[in-house]
Amino acid sequence: MKPFAYVRAGSLQEAADAFTARPGARYLAGGTNLMDLMKLGVEQPEALIDVSRLPLDTVEELPDGSLRVGATVRNSDLAAHPVVRDRYPALSRALLAGASGQLRNVATTGGNLLQRTRCPYFQDVTKPCNKRSPGSGCGALEGVHRDHAVLGHSEHCVATHPSDMAVALAALDARVELYGPGGARTVPAARFHRLPGDHPERDTEILPGELVTGVVLPALTAGLPSAYRKARDRASYAFALASTAAVLEVTDGAVSHAGIAFGGVAHRPWRARRAEEALLGATPTRAAFEEAVDLELSAARPLRDNAYKVDLVRNVAVDVLAGLASRTPDRV
Amino acid sequence: MDGPHHSTATRDDVRHGRAAARPAADGAGGAPGDGHSSTTTIEVNGVPHTLAVDNRRVLLDLLREDLGLTGAKKGCDQGQCGACTVLVDGRRVNSCLLPAVALDGSAVTTVEGLADGDEGTDGDGLHPLQRAFLDRDAFQCGYCTPGQICSALGAIGEAAAGHPSHVTDPGAPPGRPVPLTRDEIRERLSGNLCRCGAYPHIVEAVEDVLP
Ligand SMILES: Cc1cc2nc3c(=O)[nH]c(=O)nc-3n(C[C@H](O)[C@H](O)[C@H](O)COP(=O)(O)OP(=O)(O)OC[C@H]3O[C@@H](n4cnc5c(N)ncnc54)[C@H](O)[C@@H]3O)c2cc1C
Ligand code: SF4
Ligand code: FES
Ligand code: FES
Repeated sequence: MKPFAYVRAGSLQEAADAFTARPGARYLAGGTNLMDLMKLGVEQPEALIDVSRLPLDTVEELPDGSLRVGATVRNSDLAAHPVVRDRYPALSRALLAGASGQLRNVATTGGNLLQRTRCPYFQDVTKPCNKRSPGSGCGALEGVHRDHAVLGHSEHCVATHPSDMAVALAALDARVELYGPGGARTVPAARFHRLPGDHPERDTEILPGELVTGVVLPALTAGLPSAYRKARDRASYAFALASTAAVLEVTDGAVSHAGIAFGGVAHRPWRARRAEEALLGATPTRAAFEEAVDLELSAARPLRDNAYKVDLVRNVAVDVLAGLASRTPDRV
Repeated sequence: MDGPHHSTATRDDVRHGRAAARPAADGAGGAPGDGHSSTTTIEVNGVPHTLAVDNRRVLLDLLREDLGLTGAKKGCDQGQCGACTVLVDGRRVNSCLLPAVALDGSAVTTVEGLADGDEGTDGDGLHPLQRAFLDRDAFQCGYCTPGQICSALGAIGEAAAGHPSHVTDPGAPPGRPVPLTRDEIRERLSGNLCRCGAYPHIVEAVEDVLP
């Protein structure tokens, strides 16, 4: 590992200024992804700007009924938070489906959103990878890509985003709060991560030096039935092969709100807008869910070795939706 | 009270006593001047240590190399196996991924800090969970054991504090202690791999010490 300087930021402004002074720096939160990538040589920052002690470690209920989660709240604390468990169960469930107890105790909201792909070529500096080294090619495209994307990928990158939490945030219509040299702004969680296109080196919409300060869960989805389900190679402690977060509201026997996001199948949490539109106003039957999910997945373009993911995410999504419908008192 | 390796803790360039947080930017803060190391104070098993550490030093290497506490093990060095699990401010963590400089002011408990003459059921000074691992034959080679024990202690505390797990009924009331069934123990310890496959006995050992 290359030597680096260490700066502990006492305020957002101090963190942003430290970055301006050292554009080759990285923000350090829990370090569970960054330190790993530094050991692998994938990340070689000239400095770490420690943001883990910024006063962003609270979960606050806002007057408009939304819930603001600070960027340094630890994943385990967020999953256990009574308001999150009560009003946004999909978020708690997604967090608990990720990593291990030790990792969740350290991992933060901001770091979880910004964790990098687990593509093995990305993590191996001796291999070509457009995300790590733009223009070097994509080792996974014709290589080992069983775990890779089936939706929204490009010839330049077929990686998936590994976060479980981000999938729940996308389905729940959360927003990501950012702070940087250009001021503060918010971006919908479902659009925070990018599709790879010609620039797979850019995972998200965040600008250099910008900080995630928190995420806001809206009043809109508070208290609606929501769930997260993850299919993986073993029962615990493995990344998603395919997952679904969904929130469903049924009024007078018809779907009045549906938020659906797929994980493990694309470069970002895949918000299934076509399926949602197809379901609005529909009677919430298994057949309706199957039809809607199939419509969404008609856009799937599996690679040589990962066509299984299309069926897998379909079955997971339909099960999650049917499960939510059966819990809705209004069901016909 | 000293664990088996504790006497070696002071053999290095370790000063006792707490120091203020002094992050070293550009060599400021008492570091050797290249800006690549920092002065850090960490309490380990009740003893404060102030050290000048290379910023690259992770807690696991600090414990093993600088303090001679070799209980926490290096398996994967990448957060994947749990052999390096210790408690930081009472929470279980993978020490291989934590930069020591970021832990300034923290209190660390390693497996060496668990044994306490007062707690041994038969006067052997072991922590009840250590005793249970022996009684249940919950290991073969023992390499994963310190991490399993620290992880289990962390997990027991989390469940008592009402933290749910992936296998907890989502409808269970928040804030109440979660009973540690076998499924719960297995799920909560899934971050600790055992290449010898001692899992069934590990679960039994943990069950033995549940309140
Ligand atoms: C063995 C293993 C298994 C795992 N399994 C899963 C899994 O199943 N599901 C899952 O979702 N995740 C999994 N993870 C990943 C884990 O969730 C992430 O490592 C963690 O969430 C990252 O959070 P952190 O705070 O440690 O981030 P860090 O490592 O500190 O940072 C990650 C990135 O975010 C940047 N950053 C951090 N905070 C901010 C901020 N506030 N503003 C701007 N930039 C910031 C950093 O500069 C860095 O680039 C696993 C990790 C490991 C090691
Ligand atoms: S899929 Fe993306 S991350 Fe993986 S090798 Fe190709 S370019 Fe790199
Ligand atoms: S050595 Fe830390 S998790 Fe394997
Ligand atoms: S006892 Fe050998 S690895 Fe667990």
